Amino acid sequence: MSEVLVLVDHVEGTVRKTTLELLTIARRIGEPSAIFIGSGYEAAKETLAQYGAAKIFVADAPELEEFLVAPKAEVVAQAAVSSPAAVLITSSPEGKEIAARLAIKLGSGIITDATDVGADLTTTQSVFAGSYTVTAKVTHGVPIITVKPNAVTPQPAPTTPVEEKVEVVLSEAAKAARIVDRQPRAATGRPELAEAAIVVSGGRGTAGDFGPVEALADALGGAVGASRAAVDSGWYPHAYQIGQTGKTVSPQLYIAAGISGAIQHKAGMQTSKNVVVVNKDGEAPIFAMADFGVVGDLHTVLPQAVEEIEKRKG
Amino acid sequence: MKITVLVKHVPDATADRTFSETDHTTDRVGVDGILSELDEYAVEEALKIAEPADGEVVVLTMGPEQAADALRKGLQMGAASAVHVVDDALHGSDAIATSLVLAAAIRKVGAVDLVLTGMASTDGSMSVVPAMIAERLGLPHVGFVGDLTVADGTVTGRRDGDAASETVEAQLPAIVSVTDQINEPRYPSFKGIMAAKKKPFETWSVADLDVDAADVGLSAAWSIVEDVTKRPPRTSGQVVTDEGDGGVQLVEFLVAQKFV
Ligand SMILES: Cc1cc2nc3c(=O)[nH]c(=O)nc-3n(C[C@H](O)[C@H](O)[C@H](O)COP(=O)(O)OP(=O)(O)OC[C@H]3O[C@@H](n4cnc5c(N)ncnc54)[C@H](O)[C@@H]3O)c2cc1C
Ligand SMILES: Nc1ncnc2c1ncn2[C@@H]1O[C@H](COP(=O)(O)O)[C@@H](O)[C@H]1O
Repeated sequence: MSEVLVLVDHVEGTVRKTTLELLTIARRIGEPSAIFIGSGYEAAKETLAQYGAAKIFVADAPELEEFLVAPKAEVVAQAAVSSPAAVLITSSPEGKEIAARLAIKLGSGIITDATDVGADLTTTQSVFAGSYTVTAKVTHGVPIITVKPNAVTPQPAPTTPVEEKVEVVLSEAAKAARIVDRQPRAATGRPELAEAAIVVSGGRGTAGDFGPVEALADALGGAVGASRAAVDSGWYPHAYQIGQTGKTVSPQLYIAAGISGAIQHKAGMQTSKNVVVVNKDGEAPIFAMADFGVVGDLHTVLPQAVEEIEKRKG
Repeated sequence: MKITVLVKHVPDATADRTFSETDHTTDRVGVDGILSELDEYAVEEALKIAEPADGEVVVLTMGPEQAADALRKGLQMGAASAVHVVDDALHGSDAIATSLVLAAAIRKVGAVDLVLTGMASTDGSMSVVPAMIAERLGLPHVGFVGDLTVADGTVTGRRDGDAASETVEAQLPAIVSVTDQINEPRYPSFKGIMAAKKKPFETWSVADLDVDAADVGLSAAWSIVEDVTKRPPRTSGQVVTDEGDGGVQLVEFLVAQKFV
């Protein structure tokens, strides 16, 4: 069966859900080979086996951590010498940069931000702020495809992977950008935004108090997001911004509280399955995409919802 | 210090953007175009770095005739000169071909210390062109910086990632893409608008760049769009006005949809 390379996205060996999604997609196309770069391989191994990685390329040279993205592209290119059927990478800023460099190295076509990939490598994308759906195909070289989170539900398929150590030989060019400082983000205890099934977002309407937004997110086990207006006001960190210049999310449920629905915001949440809106202005454009809306003050509606959820949970 | 800024002319996002009926390429004729808002941040940052250092800012684009408007805006903001790569052969170019042409143009501009770009084009939004150019030119690339300093031949940028905020260093010459967190782009002044009319403006064809016309354009694209469908507008659901039980009604909806 043809080999499909999957670049593993992980933090110190904790494999992200997006990687399990890629492995699931890869099994439609052929036989997945995972590429693990960085430290923590022992922790990741079992998860990758659980989700069907028939082979794992392991590149755990410590110097890889020190440099920016370019060395990772070199490692993936090394693994790709066997001309696989495709290379699948998570659509994150880093994933796209790796994919871009790889496309030039391999002389291959590239498709970014796929929301689905078929067995014949036809991709589906959502473009122009979600107003169009496009299907496309790479026609030259090894198809390099970056896939958005939540494209599929990960399906386990336990195997016993073969391991292959990748000798890391970095070019001088790959070492040209060095990471000199890294400040890890404090854990919030909430699900990761891009992966969350439920996202509750607050905008300028919160007037700076994200308490009710966070409380509703916690009652539902969801993640918290923010509009750029809220981020620019310094009310919530940029890492949580939803939209064109922030994160794109595609959860089962998106609750927008005190957000008007500017096109740049919609670009980041338009493919959500269900949209719920709380806004005191019944004319706000965001209501046009609401499956359910409440015209009201979020400072009273959200706390009441939290209370009601707690009551029902008993 | 010579800084080249890559700017793209894109269909205005607040208008209805569509695809060409004939070849599935982005319709760049039927809608008004603008300088991609995200590239204004790159122009602003270039000017901020160049002004105190007595540097020079060149704005560069590849695109159809109308793309000259994007360059003009860059000149009005304060760039010293502009380069427009325009050629019928370029219609329908993918990111691979775009990066080939822009890399060749950067080489021809010559003696560039720093290339600045936006974080993504607001139409294609692939965020791949800068890294592809870096790969072609063998330059270090620092992507998505929200904060940038240039001193003693080194660029230092801050990237806000999911897991961490990183500080990255690279030697010049380098290519850096900036986010909308980095600055507040200026509006062209009246003086700037007048001065722009007299600034050097060059137009290059594919042949001027020693790029083979067979490697660019729609027929050379390494991926094809098979189908384009307009997503049906979301049908809006029930909207209630809060009369004291809005929160309870909201939860009832969530229960009906099995979220609670
Ligand atoms: C290049 C560029 C990129 C951008 N990228 C993004 C992006 O990635 N993400 C993004 O979100 N935006 C982005 N924007 C900004 C976008 O255009 C809007 O300005 C922004 O989304 C508005 O945020 P908002 O809805 O919170 O604020 P507003 O538009 O001010 O809306 C606030 C809403 O809250 C409601 N409200 C007020 N008080 C209450 C209350 N007590 N209870 C309930 N409702 C209340 C109001 O009725 C109003 O509808 C970008 C803009 C540009 C130019
Ligand atoms: N045709 C083009 N002309 C000039 N610059 C471009 C062009 N296409 C992309 N860029 C630059 O590359 C950045 C990222 O674009 P993209 O990879 O298309 O999302 C943009 O913000 C521009 O700075």
